[in-house]
Amino acid sequence: MYEKHLMICGATGCISSGSQSVEEALIEELEKHKIRDKYRLVMAGCPGFCEVGPIIVVYPDEVFYCRLKPKDMAELVVKHLVGGEIVEHLLYKGPDVDAPARFFDTIPFYTKQKLKVLRNSGLIDPESIDEYIMRGGYSAFTRALDLEPPAICAEIKAAGLRGRGGAGFSTGLKWELALQAPAVKKYVVCNADEGDPGAFMDRSILEGDPHAILEGMLICGCAIGADEGYVYCRAEYPLAIKRLKTAIKQAEEYGLLGQNILASGFNFKIKIKEGAGAFVCGEETALLASIEGKRGMPRPRPPFPAQAGLFGKPTTINNVETLANIPLILKEGGVAEFSAIGTEGSKGTKVFALAGKIRNTGLCEVPMGITIREIIYDVGGGIKGGRAFKAVQAGGPSGGCIPAELLDLPIDYDSLNQAGAIMGSGGLVVMDERNCMVDLAQYFLSFTQKESCGKCIPCREGTKRMLEILNRITEGEGKPKDLDTLDELAHSIKDSSLCGLGQTCPNPVLSTIRYFRTEYEEHINEQYCRSGVCKALFHYRIDQERCTGCTACSRACPVNAITGVKKEAHQIIQESCTRCGSCIEKCPQDCIMITPVGRKADVSN
Amino acid sequence: MSAIKLTIDGKELEVAAGTTILQAARELGIDLPTLCHDPELPPNGACRLCVVEVEKAKSLVASCVTPAAPGMVVHTESERVVRVRRSILSLLIANHPLVCITCEQTGSCKLQDYCYRYSVTENEYVGETKELPLDSSNAFFVRDMTKCILCGICVGKCQEIAGAGAIDFTMRGFITNVGPAYEDKIEDSTCVFCGLCIDSCPVGALVPKALIGKGRPWQVEKTKTICPYCGVGCGIYLQTRDNEVINVRPDFDSPVNRGHLCARGKFGWDYLQSKERLTTPLIRSEEVFVAVGWEEAFGLIVDNLKEIRSSFGPAALMGLCSPKASNEESYIFQKLFRSLGSNNVDSYSRHCHAPAVEGMTRAFGGAAMTNSMEELVSAEAIFLIEADPLKTHPIIGYRIREAIRQGTCLIAAQSEDTGLSDIASYYLQIKSGSAVALANAFAAVILEENLYNPKFINKRTEGFAAYSSSLGPEVVRRSLELTGINEEQLRSAARAFATANSAAIVSTAGGVAQEGGSLLVTALANLALLTGNLGRENCGLYLPYSENNLQGSADMGTLPALLTGYQPLREKTVRDHFSRAWKVELSEQPGLSAAALFSGYGNKTVKAMLVMGENPAACGEHREAVTEVLRNLNFLVVQEMFMTETAMLADVILPAAGFAEKMGTYTNVERRVQLNRAAIVPPGDARPDWAILTELAGRLGFKWEYESPEDISTEIAALTPQYAGISYERIGAKGLQWPCPHSEHPGSKYLYEGRFQRGLGLFTPISMDDQAKLLFSYEENRSAGKKTLCNCLSDSMRNRSVISKL
Repeated sequence: MYEKHLMICGATGCISSGSQSVEEALIEELEKHKIRDKYRLVMAGCPGFCEVGPIIVVYPDEVFYCRLKPKDMAELVVKHLVGGEIVEHLLYKGPDVDAPARFFDTIPFYTKQKLKVLRNSGLIDPESIDEYIMRGGYSAFTRALDLEPPAICAEIKAAGLRGRGGAGFSTGLKWELALQAPAVKKYVVCNADEGDPGAFMDRSILEGDPHAILEGMLICGCAIGADEGYVYCRAEYPLAIKRLKTAIKQAEEYGLLGQNILASGFNFKIKIKEGAGAFVCGEETALLASIEGKRGMPRPRPPFPAQAGLFGKPTTINNVETLANIPLILKEGGVAEFSAIGTEGSKGTKVFALAGKIRNTGLCEVPMGITIREIIYDVGGGIKGGRAFKAVQAGGPSGGCIPAELLDLPIDYDSLNQAGAIMGSGGLVVMDERNCMVDLAQYFLSFTQKESCGKCIPCREGTKRMLEILNRITEGEGKPKDLDTLDELAHSIKDSSLCGLGQTCPNPVLSTIRYFRTEYEEHINEQYCRSGVCKALFHYRIDQERCTGCTACSRACPVNAITGVKKEAHQIIQESCTRCGSCIEKCPQDCIMITPVGRKADVSN
Repeated sequence: MSAIKLTIDGKELEVAAGTTILQAARELGIDLPTLCHDPELPPNGACRLCVVEVEKAKSLVASCVTPAAPGMVVHTESERVVRVRRSILSLLIANHPLVCITCEQTGSCKLQDYCYRYSVTENEYVGETKELPLDSSNAFFVRDMTKCILCGICVGKCQEIAGAGAIDFTMRGFITNVGPAYEDKIEDSTCVFCGLCIDSCPVGALVPKALIGKGRPWQVEKTKTICPYCGVGCGIYLQTRDNEVINVRPDFDSPVNRGHLCARGKFGWDYLQSKERLTTPLIRSEEVFVAVGWEEAFGLIVDNLKEIRSSFGPAALMGLCSPKASNEESYIFQKLFRSLGSNNVDSYSRHCHAPAVEGMTRAFGGAAMTNSMEELVSAEAIFLIEADPLKTHPIIGYRIREAIRQGTCLIAAQSEDTGLSDIASYYLQIKSGSAVALANAFAAVILEENLYNPKFINKRTEGFAAYSSSLGPEVVRRSLELTGINEEQLRSAARAFATANSAAIVSTAGGVAQEGGSLLVTALANLALLTGNLGRENCGLYLPYSENNLQGSADMGTLPALLTGYQPLREKTVRDHFSRAWKVELSEQPGLSAAALFSGYGNKTVKAMLVMGENPAACGEHREAVTEVLRNLNFLVVQEMFMTETAMLADVILPAAGFAEKMGTYTNVERRVQLNRAAIVPPGDARPDWAILTELAGRLGFKWEYESPEDISTEIAALTPQYAGISYERIGAKGLQWPCPHSEHPGSKYLYEGRFQRGLGLFTPISMDDQAKLLFSYEENRSAGKKTLCNCLSDSMRNRSVISKL
């Protein structure tokens, strides 16, 4: 028996902020005190709060230590593990708490969350099937083995689960279609080709709770009559693939995968197919082509994968988060429990990835129907640096932006669609007044344009032309009719593209025009970028009245474009200024302003 | 399949379930624009130009991939649809060099046509355009990928139809391109230069080099004719301008090739315009050839033939006829010699196919491929043994690929890898020379496991007892040693063959003039008889010939002992029939075969020869002996297009027209008689062989009254039971397959329904010793480079064409 369990976040986010060297230091300290075997150290899944990583949670005390450095380990060992005293200064601190906070009950990031899909992430050792089973794992699957396939589909349908990968199609209906397809051989495919910039919930689930996916796939196999499954996982997720492999091996050893599983007569095996880096392979037909060894290009539907999918056989394709929900629904009483959360049309919880100008970046799982304001201000802790919220891009490159006036929009599939965004995979990129909306549209479009598979003309050629127009606008070369051209092109592309990528990729442009038309018009008509992003379209100007001559800006300027005598107002030499923004970051008086290029008269001399 | 009712542009119609909106619209005569749609490729849905508006549907749908649904209301040219089409076309031309002034495709460019139709004139979306280097390094065509609109049809044709896999999409996004892997040049790829991509490109991205600058589509004449190379007989259109061939395009309506070609058909025609063409009669004077007029040449020939005939008797005259000559020419060629009293008529290049002829004649009584090429697609199993059809008869290769796509089981037994090995269900890698042992072992397994067809054997065959007793268990054991495969491989493949409801056998070994070929054909005929895979659809024995009219030439009686339609000369009633028709007395003395002549038996009696389009001095294994025989003749006349090795030995050379310069019919390997039309006039004084022969016959005193090849064909029909119902009028665009016994008969897809030509099909046992010997003889032949299908006539064309570079 261990005295305590120390769950070190071993997910990709914390690894990149240094959790591995924290672990090494911790081991070293424990060995120094010869108490290594009293404590169980686990490189666990992601507890979600990436902003403050690396993270260690000490159980059973439920103490959440964050922003850890290797040098903190000596104190943690001596004070907490040996001395039994909480190390206060390693706890979570922030403007949203009065005093250092211990964990779920007191850290605001967690208080509005409902951890369902992420129930095990960070809590168990993702490389141990026993811990998954101890938390009730595989009981839903054993229950499914006793159910008739139509009954399983009916439960999923009754729960109201909709696909978490993007379009929000009813999962139960999808399964039912595959079940009804007459074929001996069928496949279950898990779409783990998470590619939206800023979204990483699937990775976290795979890294933190891989057995939940296997269980979801097994249940799906029972439901549709498939005996083989593929996890299509992007190769950029090596840790997720490693943990999946371990999980598959353990499940095979436990007789949960293979022939005649638990003497039920049900056979199921799971293979992993690593993607080769094409975003479009997240589109289901391209994904199937890729598994088949072909170039990942979408094909027209019908036939839908449920009729003729992988290798021409009926196939169900579900996203990782969708599958992670399955064991929750199929467990005893799961349907009621699941559908009790959420709204009429969108049941259950949704995991969102918070990124951008938000204070608490990371993953959060919240009930459907929560408002954007709650996510951003309560869970996310508001905007970094106290600036004003401008918009949030929901749903990645296929989604759209939601402006400040819609902060109270409840998050569910239908409300988001109406607002011109989509649920997508659940990426939320938060923007403040220093984000340019034209630049945002241009960023997402340049992404989809590069990732267009090149098959259909509207997407391949149209996105390029839209991008060229946006490039022109951000460089001050915009023409008044550009907005009409963008609108026309966007609608043609949406109306005539072959696959979901093309049909949705104009959304960021359309929604930014919809809510921030004046910003576009300023770019085009006044050659002015009010956010100070499009470098050709603004000047920095020092407010001569307020400048105290502290010289912070001129010392920060890398090109010596700021002149002025100490304690006197400084000036910017516009010809030399590269608009890198170093000065505005450093100015303690906030007296450097973003002004239109043309207004030279305002610049003091 | 239930019918579906829908409305398109206000018109109601009913279509079968599974019909796409595009197909339904086309049934109504609505011309929906498409760039990426090709009926023989899987649905693509890439260009989006065929989008239509379906009432109640959220977005526009691509009509080429959307099935018609009950009650659908479709608008094909609504404002919304037209707006999207215009947008797509604008996007395309924004990234397409508008060099229509010099582009070869101008006038037949789909992009141009659609821009015209939708008034897309200005380039709305000025921006970056593709900059890609021109790939013109190969000898055949230019790839200008800046013009490519990425419709993907070429990729589909290359991968699905030809199976060459030379090109695919590369890169992604705006820089997506089509090309070989690693941006290699096309000649460094696996490209076989079949040209399927060129002829399906909707724009001018792929252009044959020979065509460049030679004429606009509206300046070019198109003549439907038949490819002169192999026995498949692909339908082609010769594109000509100012009496010059500038391009060949496949006939998309031909039942033979359905728009497919290989490199020979697509590019191999340029020999017609070779500077080496003979353009005037030549006579030997001392050791040089002197150009003379036709009058002088004919005079010399008539004098010599008459003199030799009167001095040595008619048997001193002999004719060698080319299997590239038309049916009409072959027919009057043998008529001429028989009229002169000599039955010494043969073709030497047919000799290479003697194994196929012998083997099939012994088993069935007739020497023709039993079934049609198209039937391969529907066969349940195909047994491919020692054949590389993608190389020798590419259309047959394409059909086999198509069959596999549709679920046919391919059993490939090969001593060398072919393009079909990888996609075979059973691939038996046998030692070279062991094909006969394998075929026999198949039979032994089928007997042992009771998988043969007793009903067919009892009713339709003879010789089964002796045959089955020759196939004891030791045959299997021994064959495993000889072939080098294991027993499980053998048995599973044999079972797959025998249990298929229809199984076809394909081999080109019958075209290899050697002992093994003949035995193999016999072994395969036995196998087909054993399993009852004859006399009905989608099965049969496919031993395709290598020359375009090898079948027709034999049908026309250019055989020493057989008249047209294989009517035996030895039968008096036959002779009498022909004597009456031709108004001459036929000799009953059987003629000399080419093989006999050149192997030394005949060189003492034969003094004068007329060689029409044959090149025996360059053909086969005994070239030196052949040359010696020809040199020792008193008089040799050669009708030729080129100064061949044989022509070099002649006393008189007559310049002959090429296939594009004359009319006539050719009979392909599936017995399909097809019409070849003249597209250009022959160079200089060259004349069609039929005209030369008719003139010569007149000067020799025969009153032939042929004004045209058609006149000859009428006579052929009257004297040849299999061709009785065949006339130029009836041949039409699709040809007619013999037997076609009367003028109402639709022709015959396959042979031997109910009865073999010899009555019952004959089993012929093959001894174990013979099989063992073969291994040795094959190895010997292989080292001497003789394993390929004999193609010596095609070679004299190929060697003067750009395809010699392949």
